[in-house]
Amino acid sequence: MNKLDIKKKIDVEEILNDLENYHPRRKGWTWREKVEGGYKVEKFHFKEMSKPLANSVPLPAAKYFNNIDPQPMPVITTEIASGRFEDDIRRMRMAAWHGADHIMVIRTTGQSHIDGLLEGTPEGVGGVPITRKQIRASRKACDLIEDEVGRKINFHSYVSGVAGPEVAVLFAEEGINGAHQDPQYNVLYRNVNMYRSFTDAASAKKVMADAGIFQIDGAHNANATAKEGWSVMPELLVQHGLNCAFSVKVGMPKSQIGLSTVPPCAPPSPKIWYDLPYAVALRDIFSEFKFRAQQNTRYIESDIEEATRTHCIDTMISALTSADIQSTITPDEGRNVPWHYNNIRGIETAKQTLVALDGFKQLVKLDRDGPLGEMVRDIKERAICFLEEMAETGGYFAAVEKGFFVDSAKYPDRNGDGIARDGKGGVGAGSIVERDADYMAPVCSVFGHNHLPAGLKKPCDPIKGCTLCDPKKIAYIDEIDQTDNCNLRLQKTVEYRKGKMIKPEAEWAGDGTVLVQLFVPEALEVAGVAAMEIAKKMGLKDPEVINTQVMHPSEGTFVEVKGKVDFAIDRTTLKIPPKEEMLSEEEIRAGIKKIGLKVVAGTVGEDEHSVGLREILDIKHGGIEKYGVKYHYLGTSVPVGKMVDAAIETGADAILISTIISHNDVHRKNMRKLDELCREKGIRDKVMIMCGGTQVTRDIAKECGMDDGFGRGTKGIHVVNSMVKILKAKKRV
Amino acid sequence: MSEERIKKFEARRQQLRKMSDEQLKERFWELCNQMVEPMVEYGRKYTSMSIERSVLLRMGIDSVTSQGVVSRVNEAGLLGKGAGHVVLKLSQKLGVDLREAAKRVNEDKNALQGLF
Repeated sequence: MNKLDIKKKIDVEEILNDLENYHPRRKGWTWREKVEGGYKVEKFHFKEMSKPLANSVPLPAAKYFNNIDPQPMPVITTEIASGRFEDDIRRMRMAAWHGADHIMVIRTTGQSHIDGLLEGTPEGVGGVPITRKQIRASRKACDLIEDEVGRKINFHSYVSGVAGPEVAVLFAEEGINGAHQDPQYNVLYRNVNMYRSFTDAASAKKVMADAGIFQIDGAHNANATAKEGWSVMPELLVQHGLNCAFSVKVGMPKSQIGLSTVPPCAPPSPKIWYDLPYAVALRDIFSEFKFRAQQNTRYIESDIEEATRTHCIDTMISALTSADIQSTITPDEGRNVPWHYNNIRGIETAKQTLVALDGFKQLVKLDRDGPLGEMVRDIKERAICFLEEMAETGGYFAAVEKGFFVDSAKYPDRNGDGIARDGKGGVGAGSIVERDADYMAPVCSVFGHNHLPAGLKKPCDPIKGCTLCDPKKIAYIDEIDQTDNCNLRLQKTVEYRKGKMIKPEAEWAGDGTVLVQLFVPEALEVAGVAAMEIAKKMGLKDPEVINTQVMHPSEGTFVEVKGKVDFAIDRTTLKIPPKEEMLSEEEIRAGIKKIGLKVVAGTVGEDEHSVGLREILDIKHGGIEKYGVKYHYLGTSVPVGKMVDAAIETGADAILISTIISHNDVHRKNMRKLDELCREKGIRDKVMIMCGGTQVTRDIAKECGMDDGFGRGTKGIHVVNSMVKILKAKKRV
Repeated sequence: MSEERIKKFEARRQQLRKMSDEQLKERFWELCNQMVEPMVEYGRKYTSMSIERSVLLRMGIDSVTSQGVVSRVNEAGLLGKGAGHVVLKLSQKLGVDLREAAKRVNEDKNALQGLF
């Protein structure tokens, strides 16, 4: 398959083509590569950065820092699972450009209770049905995307539920790089029978271990479930410990085992007093294992900004302690299935925080002599007492029956709301069978008693190679359901993906979903209803209020309404402004030198802004001076008349005005006045007049009589380029 | 009961107070390892329909066929032999490849008779 072209959308149909013959080009997990000795970029010396990307989108403020895009050391995770993998592939590409290299796919609702593998590409609910075709297509897309960004992407899903061993084999065959696997998760949250869950888990973990699949546990679910997430900290140590010890015993290397851990608290509590001792206790006890730091979801509701602020603090705790993987939660998770750009927001929260806190631990040190040390010790002691009580009770299975786990009280207190499971009950109860003395499984990566013939080199010799040794033997099923598959879905959206029609989208091609944000100057009860009417009048279909925030009980409410548009725009009818063609620097310098270009410049009106214009002028900032222009700067709040007089006095070739304030259209008025005055004084045809400012565009400026106008992001070179072009047109240079 | 639990907790905690951080860590892992040993033993000694299907997958048999085969093997009381074992033995007996043998298990109700 051809490599991706940055200027073109990824071709999903092309990825699906010849999928039956695709096999992953590598297996196992990949960490980011550290730049030894630190990473020097521009004026900055980063202490703990990984190799930069070949192609990426930097943080918004990067334009002030020469567009640098430093990449922190932790792998950054984003969860993408809209229910249609074909649309997720496009989101994966966007996510990789923003710095994600761990893409996690949540499974469709109910898949963990399906006793067997699913096949084909049916549409999912709240996740994607994990099938060979879906993960193969996604992994194939990840190959292309990782080549484009220049960094390996880890693709991840879940080995849980009652088909764990089969899913593990599927993942090993298809080169899945990471997976959740925790038998306790099945028992506690999926009500899978406990004996079945652990029996299956041993087999699944062995397969994962041999395929290099990085394992993440499920302990964090306890603080996403318990009413007071921060109270279950001692138990969480126990859950992590049990899965780690179990995994090591079935042959998984410690370096392949990750703890999924979440700072359990959130503001307005004094979060750090709970989250920091917990993070430190974990890292003490589990120092030989890896850490996947997740962000808090328990207390997120519909306010995206609130979620983001909490996630910054969560990520700061990672920087203060450690994280091998920094996972992100899309800030809209509390209000809908995540939207494309909210995945990007989540990734940026992690990247921005980690970049800002580069080398944090060289500057600050945790004080263990104070309350921190005591709290860390307290958590550890309670966890050990928990284990001792389990032992006294008769072990893990007995403890689960008695509801030891996910009780919302702080151990040893009990609120009696723990999750108790009956050893004889649950999904798959009574379904395990003792292996006979002549049990045999003639394949690789088998855990437990396996009576193979003597003298084999490999366990799969009796069948002359298993699929893990010879991928050509994998049996590929394309589609089973002819009425629910990606081919049908792709046909319906082809005009939006490959044709000339443009429709906004949040999750799926052509979904038409948009978000309207309004301030309604009414109390909460009225504002929501009013916002719905407004949305309807704006023509939105299926409007729904998804967030409200009281600004004041009676002065007003911030409301967010989502809805759908039922129209599309024809691309061929759009008038796209042509991209400015830049003259070469030599041409510009030559033109300026020829006439000894002089300008007068200043901020006009009652306006004290000076920084923007100084950057356009000064040599230090790569301004017009750098190209040989002589300038006369008149300062701020300069009357327009004074600008014109100065131009006449100095014989300037151009007047450059800056106008930032735009209340009552004062920027337009000042531009018009400049044009009029130049005409009155009879210099308009000799002098170029140009205006810059945050609210200025070329079209507005020209409409107001300017020769050109410049908005945000303008550099000196854009201004000299324009001036020399005008001079060339007038044949003056 | 609850009071008794709390008392026991306090007593246990007194013992732990004497330990260094390193000793606490060792104790934690000692208990975890002790706790998971019975679970690992289940993994060694037992099998399940899912484990057996995962063996058939590795033998190149597709998921749909594997479902049927493992059900048949289970009904015939042969899961403890291993579904892979059953299919391998049948393929040797009939002189057919593994995929064909798996198909026969699903199609021929008597295929598994007298195999062991």
